[in-house]
This record gives sequence, C-alpha cells and structure tokens, in this order.
Amino acid sequence: MKYSSEYRDPQLAKALVAAIARNVEGFDGQMTLMEVCGTHTMSIYQHGIRSLLPTQVRLISGPGCPVCVTPITYVDQAVAYARRPATIVATFGDMIRVPGSTSNLLREKAKGADVRIVYSPLDAVAIAEKNPDTAVVFLGVGFETTAPTIGGSLLEVERRGLSNFFVLCAHKTMPAPMIALTSDPELKVDGYICPAHVSAVIGSDAYRPLAEQYGIPCVVTGFEPVDMLRGIQLLVKQVVAGEARVECEYSRIVKPQGNLKAQTILARVFEPCDAEWRGIGSIPASGLQLRAEYQKFNALSALPVEVEEAKEHRGCLCGEILKGKVTPKQCPLFREACTPEHPIGACMVSSEGTCSAEYKYGG
Amino acid sequence: MKNDIILLGHGSGGKLSHQLLDELIIPILSQVAQSEQNDAAVLEGITSSRIAFTTDSYVVDPIFFPGGNIGDLAVNGTVNDLAMSGARPLALSVGLILEEGLKFSELREILTAMKAAADKARVKIVTGDTKVVPRGKGDKIFINTSGVGVFDHDLKPAGNAAKRGDKVLINGSIGDHGMAVLASREGLDLQSEIVSDSAPLNALVAKLLAEYGAAIHVLRDPTRGGVATTLKEIALQSGVDICLNETTLPVNATVAGACAILGLDPLFVANEGKLLVLVAAEVADAVLVTMQGCEFGEQAAIIGEVTDVSGGRVMMRTAIGGLRAIEMLAGEQLPRIC
Repeated sequence: MKYSSEYRDPQLAKALVAAIARNVEGFDGQMTLMEVCGTHTMSIYQHGIRSLLPTQVRLISGPGCPVCVTPITYVDQAVAYARRPATIVATFGDMIRVPGSTSNLLREKAKGADVRIVYSPLDAVAIAEKNPDTAVVFLGVGFETTAPTIGGSLLEVERRGLSNFFVLCAHKTMPAPMIALTSDPELKVDGYICPAHVSAVIGSDAYRPLAEQYGIPCVVTGFEPVDMLRGIQLLVKQVVAGEARVECEYSRIVKPQGNLKAQTILARVFEPCDAEWRGIGSIPASGLQLRAEYQKFNALSALPVEVEEAKEHRGCLCGEILKGKVTPKQCPLFREACTPEHPIGACMVSSEGTCSAEYKYGG
Repeated sequence: MKNDIILLGHGSGGKLSHQLLDELIIPILSQVAQSEQNDAAVLEGITSSRIAFTTDSYVVDPIFFPGGNIGDLAVNGTVNDLAMSGARPLALSVGLILEEGLKFSELREILTAMKAAADKARVKIVTGDTKVVPRGKGDKIFINTSGVGVFDHDLKPAGNAAKRGDKVLINGSIGDHGMAVLASREGLDLQSEIVSDSAPLNALVAKLLAEYGAAIHVLRDPTRGGVATTLKEIALQSGVDICLNETTLPVNATVAGACAILGLDPLFVANEGKLLVLVAAEVADAVLVTMQGCEFGEQAAIIGEVTDVSGGRVMMRTAIGGLRAIEMLAGEQLPRIC
C-alpha cells in the first residue's frame, strides 16, 4: 500500500492546493475543467477535491462513464437476450440496473432470466465452457480499457474452440467525444483532465490534436488525490498562461505511445465504427466493432432477437449532464423521481456516474 | 444416521424429522432434556421490568466463509442486536430452513458453530423449528434467530440520543465481514486472507454500560449498509450532524485493497462484529481505553464527532483535508452478506 499512500499524502496535497491558489491569483473570471473518466469523477467526490479548490476553478464531469454513455437501445437488446431461452447474459455489475425502455436486467433476473455478474470477460468464457448447450452473451461495454480484455477473451474462446460465446458489442473510444464536445458552441471547456486507464492503452499522444488543433490544454492524471490535484494544478497553469499542451502527470503508468500490446489486440479483433453516445448522438469513428473474421462472435448477427422500441424517459437530463451542460442538481428528477434505488437515467445507475457520485457524496 | 444429505422427509414431521432432531440438532444445540421438550420454552426467573426481543434471518452466500459460517453469524447477529439496545442477551430461538440435498456434514458444522457462538456469548438456545424445502427452492440453508434479553439497569442507549459534541467510536476495522464473504464467493486471489469479524459484542457492551452508564448515548452495530448507512440513520434519528475523520477510520489494508479492486467503499461494506458508540465527549478517551482493553475492542478508535444539532447530515473530512457528504447505501453493494 506504500505506493498508493504516497499519493494520498496530506502534506503534498496541501502544498498542491496552495499552489493552485497561487496560480489563479489575479486570474480574471472562471475556468472550467472537465474530467472524462468516471473513476476521476468518483475520486473528485470521494476526496472532497472541489471543496479545496479556489472559486475560479470549476470542475465538471463529461462522458467518461461507459455505462452512462451506452444508449438505451443497447440495454433493450441486452434485456431481449436475457429473455431468450437457453441464454446466459454475463455482464459487469453496473449494467444490470441500467433502465431500458420498459425493463432492466435486474428485473429480468428476478423473473427467472439467467443474468450473471462477472469481474472479467474470462469468467464469462468459463461460464460458456461449463454450459456448452447454452449461449453466453457477454455485454461488451467500455472504453479502450476494457476492450482489449474482451478482444483477448475472444482469442481465448477461439483457442478453446467454444461456439457458444458471443459479445453484444458497444465499445467506445477516446478522444473522439472530447473533440465533439469542444465543437459544441454551448459548452466552454478550458481544459481536459484526461482519463488515466484509457490513456495507459492509447497513450498521452492521442490528445495532441485537442491541444494543437483545438487549443485546449490536456493533462493525463492518475486517480489518487495527489495525482488529481497535481493534474489540476498543471491544467490551471496552462489555462492562466494561455497555453495548450498535452502533459502527463501519470507517467508512472501512461507512456506517450501507450500500451502497444493492448493496441495490437484491439487492432486484431476490432475496427473503428461510428457509435451512438447516449445524450451526445452519433460520433464518427468513436466506437469499435468486431472485424469480419470475428463476426461469428457478434451476438446481434449470430443470435437474432426481437428488440422493443426504444423509449427514453421524459425529463431525464442525462444527456445534458454527460455533456457537462447541466449539473445533477439542475435535473428536476434528481433525488426526487431519480434515486440510486429507482434510477431513471444511466448517470444515476453506474457507480461511476455523475448523478450517483453527486447523490452519494455531494451532500 | 444412515443418510448423509437432507431429504424432503426430514421436514415431514414424521420419523425422519424426529431422527434429525434427536440425533443431530438437539444433541448439538440444546441443553434441554427430552422430557422437558414442549411446544414453547419457559424462561424462569426473569425479574427485569423491561425485556428486549429481536429477530433476524440469515441467508448468506456462501454459507461457509473465512472467519465463520452462517451458524455463528446467526447467533452473533441476534446477540448483538440485543446488546445494542443495552440488554443482556438471555435466550435464542433457532428456525432452520434446509434445502433438500444439504449435506449432514455441513449441517453438523453449522450447528456446532452455533453452539460454540452461543456458549461464547453466554446465551442459551431454548427453542427452535426445522423445515425442509425442495431442492432449488432454497439455497442450502437459511436460519432465523430470535432472541430475548433482559435489562440489568435503567439505561436507554438509542439511535435518537446522540448529542452535540459526542464522540463517535468504533471497536475496530471496518468492512471485514462483507469483503470476506465477497472474496470467498468470487474467489478473489488476495495476498492475505480477509477474515469475517463475526463476533458477540455483549460482553464489551455490558462493560461500557457498567463503567460509563448514561454517558453512552448510542450503541449500534453497522451491519448491512456499513458504517456510513448506520451513522446516517443515527444522524437522522437524532437530528444531528456527524463529521467523520478519514485518517482515523480503521481499515484493514487487504480490505482496502480488495475494495479498490472492486470499486467498493469500505464505509458501505457490512460488518458483523463491530459497534459504533456515541459517547459524551468528556468520557470519550476513557471509553476508548476501556474498549481497547476488551476482547473485540483492541483496535478501537475515535472516528468522528457530532458537530451540530440541525441537519441529519454525515460528512467526512478526507485525508487531504477535503469535505464530502456521506449518504446511506443505495441499492445493494454486496448481495447476501448476512
């Protein structure tokens, strides 16, 4: 634990808080920094980081929670698979409570569907191996952090010769949505706190277009409080100085070129595709789909199901929240109709969702 | 006995049921002679003007986990519920719901653990019931325990009795039980094993009440929902604000690591051998020393204080000096932990 405790050192944190305050002295106006990683969102809340920042520095959350940005049609598809006979739906835990148009996986499970929570795609492969007469549909959501593990699991499925393992694929990639948000005239982001795990795969160089073409400072940051404060300080310094560079605070994990091995697996199994982002819409080349030779694992083509018509809940502001245009407290449903026990929007469901974090830690 | 697994007939009320009771359950659990076995237990000599009565059901999965099993959990849980009201636990009932196919060897191990836990807590198991459900209609074994306790004093520690300035103490590290169950169920390969903290707390509570009396304002065991949910309940019941200090909150390093891996917050993870004590500030240091001198209290710590009498809020002063709110557990953080 020593390695992580160093990044929680209160003295270091205090020094960074003081440095940020010095950096913004004399800065006229307010700067908005956006984090685009759900774990960063939770870290900000969990360590009370907002309460330590000067009033000129505003933190907002972007589309960094993979569950939150998954469109409702995907949940409806997952529900349809849960209802399919002789089918096991395997998923990371957060997905089971995400509301679809009329149901969710938790409700289907209560009604008798075989829905299993796994911590790794390989656990789902093991389920497929143990149940050769049952189709196992793994819900493939997440960014470049999880996609290589799912790609790796498909290579393993091939090696083991299994024919009953399928992926319902909705992977998304960075930094495409960050570029999309910078083009939104209603939103003014002065700097990006770039995701840590994703960057470990894609590398910090991936954000250079944002800095160089769009003039937005980018800092790749770790999750510990000292990491977060150091990342914020680097961003604040750039904003105050009117500069726009990519800096990497998390160089102990993130390299400029990223993780080449993971990138190789990604490139072997997946290819870029346009993707639908909940609340944002379609973004060109921001998703991953299975390559032609891996289409046999594609649940949608291999196991056709009838999917209900998508119906978004009226009044839910998840889309605006994901874009950082409104905060959870500005949503009329927040804490009223929408709570973690009865979530209406995905931002309240996921443990990394902005609304969930605000509900849990925001007071 | 000839059979090595529970059959539906063991719940029929007939010969097999009697065999199960006479040859397995009663010899382990009960000290009541067969000639004295009637439809209800008679508790003699209760002179207290107040008694405490509680019930709880245990459906934990898996039924065996590091540090205990569903049997001692069921005894400790009910003993602790009685103790938190300030009562001295006296007698328990045990309702066993067995699934067809449960191995006798497992049942014996569970019953033996129940007896050992009852002896440790100095309570008697005086009555019970056994039912068998068809395979697939239960999950090996469910246990209900009810308990009766008596008051040896006129103290009334309660969730609505927290006062401004009170210090919040806990008797040791948090989240051990929930993470032991989860690690066991999910087969997490951790460097060191996490062991459930399941334990009877009645002796510790009795000592605190005897030594500090009315200065002990609130006693609560933070089981499901963890420390965060329990403190939020106390804050709402008493109408006070509570502020925790993250740096003094005891968390076992392996539990913290496992929570980090799984994205859980130890503040919301269940405990089965922990109690939160809210005491008048002037006795807090002395209470801490007393707790640290007791079994199950060695790692006791002062983790926060009641800061205001207005809000029903629980806040946390984080290790880096930030402030954040703490809410109740929303939904299920860990399914079936007790």
